[in-house]
Amino acid sequence: MQHLSIFPVLIPLLFGAIMLLPPISRDLQSQRVASMVGTLFLMISAAFLLYHVDSEGTRLYALGGWQAPFGIVLVADRVSSLLVLLTSFLGFAVMLYAIAGRDKGGAYFHPLFMFQLMGINGAFLTGDLFNLFVFFEVLLIASYALLIHAGGKQKTQATVHYVILNLVGSSLFLFGLGILYGTLGTLNMADMAVKVGQLEGETATLAKTGALFLLVVFGLKAAMLPMHFWLPKTYAIASAPVAALFAIMTKVGAYSIFRVYTVIFGEHAGELENIATPWLWPLALLTITIGSIGVLASPSVRTLSANLVIVSSGSILACAAINSIEATSAALYYMVHSTIASAALFLLADIISRQRGQAEDRFVKSRMFSTPKLLGFGLAIAALSLIGMPPFSGFVGKIMILQATQSSVQTMWVWPLILLGSLAALVTFSRGGTTLFWRHSGSPATESEPAKNSEIAAIVLLMLAAPLLVIFGGVITEYTLQAATSLHDIQASAYDLIPGVSR
Amino acid sequence: MEGLYAFCVGLLTACGIFLALRGRSFSVVIGLTLLSYAVNLFLFASGRLKLNAAAVLGESEQYSDPLPQALVLTAIVIGFAMTAFAVILAMRARADLGNDHVDGTLPKPPAEAPTKSSGGNK
Repeated sequence: MQHLSIFPVLIPLLFGAIMLLPPISRDLQSQRVASMVGTLFLMISAAFLLYHVDSEGTRLYALGGWQAPFGIVLVADRVSSLLVLLTSFLGFAVMLYAIAGRDKGGAYFHPLFMFQLMGINGAFLTGDLFNLFVFFEVLLIASYALLIHAGGKQKTQATVHYVILNLVGSSLFLFGLGILYGTLGTLNMADMAVKVGQLEGETATLAKTGALFLLVVFGLKAAMLPMHFWLPKTYAIASAPVAALFAIMTKVGAYSIFRVYTVIFGEHAGELENIATPWLWPLALLTITIGSIGVLASPSVRTLSANLVIVSSGSILACAAINSIEATSAALYYMVHSTIASAALFLLADIISRQRGQAEDRFVKSRMFSTPKLLGFGLAIAALSLIGMPPFSGFVGKIMILQATQSSVQTMWVWPLILLGSLAALVTFSRGGTTLFWRHSGSPATESEPAKNSEIAAIVLLMLAAPLLVIFGGVITEYTLQAATSLHDIQASAYDLIPGVSR
Repeated sequence: MEGLYAFCVGLLTACGIFLALRGRSFSVVIGLTLLSYAVNLFLFASGRLKLNAAAVLGESEQYSDPLPQALVLTAIVIGFAMTAFAVILAMRARADLGNDHVDGTLPKPPAEAPTKSSGGNK
């Protein structure tokens, strides 16, 4: 079990590579089997990793036996193993949905899906800033190809924007890395955290520039305000399984912000203490605002879910700006909830749009659904969960965020914005749901195809998370609180990880 | 040497950003390429510029930092792959959308064009 930390990266890599080789590469059916087996293995190994990390503490895996800070390390702590498990679970459920027929639109869906999972897991596990860049590129190039999967004019156009934006983002990332390496002389996160306190004067200013470059890049990935314009269109036109998998992508950006700006540039960083907070705070609040306006203006279920992703991203970034243990714990819980719930909504939107013929998933009067009860029930649960109504997980998540505010100023900003955002979601969901399910004419559209069993199973699997996250809320919040504590504790998150560095 | 090097990196970056902000996909791709060249040179310089210093121990009196060179190598490989993808995507977009504008539609001609044509109708 010594190599457990690398399994979440290795399993998707191996399965993806095998699926590129004949004879599997020519046979869709065996690719589907391989994908299901691969994601199942991934989920099991991620669960084992989480269990081990929870009982035995942070695991450090030195690749090739080269010790940090010179070698490359994977760090599986409570935060990263939770997110790896979340990714694996999401990958399994989404793949269950995709094998019902959504993978037929183009070649190499399955290998690309695996490489995407590999990139995301790697980005969560890496303990080295340059490897974070490498895994970002792995997940990005897979996401470019997945986004254009099944083709079409709209997809091509949205992909052009997405690719160009992310290429510029990657260049900025490297500029930031170059500056940080030039000033700190290391790219190992724990080592950087130790060394950053010694910077003074001009060097500190230079390092600050580099760190803020990185904030721009992570903000782009996390859909922070000035860089969020690509998201609604991209997510709304992507095919359903791809959009559902992308629900975790903004969380990669948010996770990197937590990792870099609490571990490296946190409270112990001397002159560079909490450099991101003055930027994160207003931008996160504005992101929630603009996301809520987008929610109100959404013409279809898919655009609505994309805008909800922006709102949730803003809420998580607001927690990062509050920068306390409670806030980080709330953000972790909220990440798990919002990823699963919005993925479920993307999948539901796909079934809805297939059953309504030309009207697709737009909020307009159209023909009846062939299975209205199933879809209505599903949409209601997803809506209640995403709005943040009890008894589902969104309620707990939002309460945790509200409780994490510390000063009256924070309360004055966060409470109204989060609550008004929930109201906006409530208004849109009630307006949209009423139109979709009650304002219909005539019999079900003849060309509508009913949902297949595995598709329903996938959605039910994702939906189950909403009540389960509440029923086991005590255990989960205790876990996230411990994870947040170890992230904020410089002893645990830095010194323990680089043996041989004097304190 | 430092001044000249910094000037070149800055110039490449400026040109790259200017071209990346233009409307046609060809100039955008060229801009991204220039930007990635600038990044590679910049990364290389982050290990300090030195003369007569090999990155291998024992080959020369003083040695230069090998890590930025390893980083640049990785960055070049990734940059090439990404640029290749961008080129192919630009060609696909040209074929799918019928023009090479990054928005997928050609912008409307400037405002004076309709007045000119209405002037011609008189």
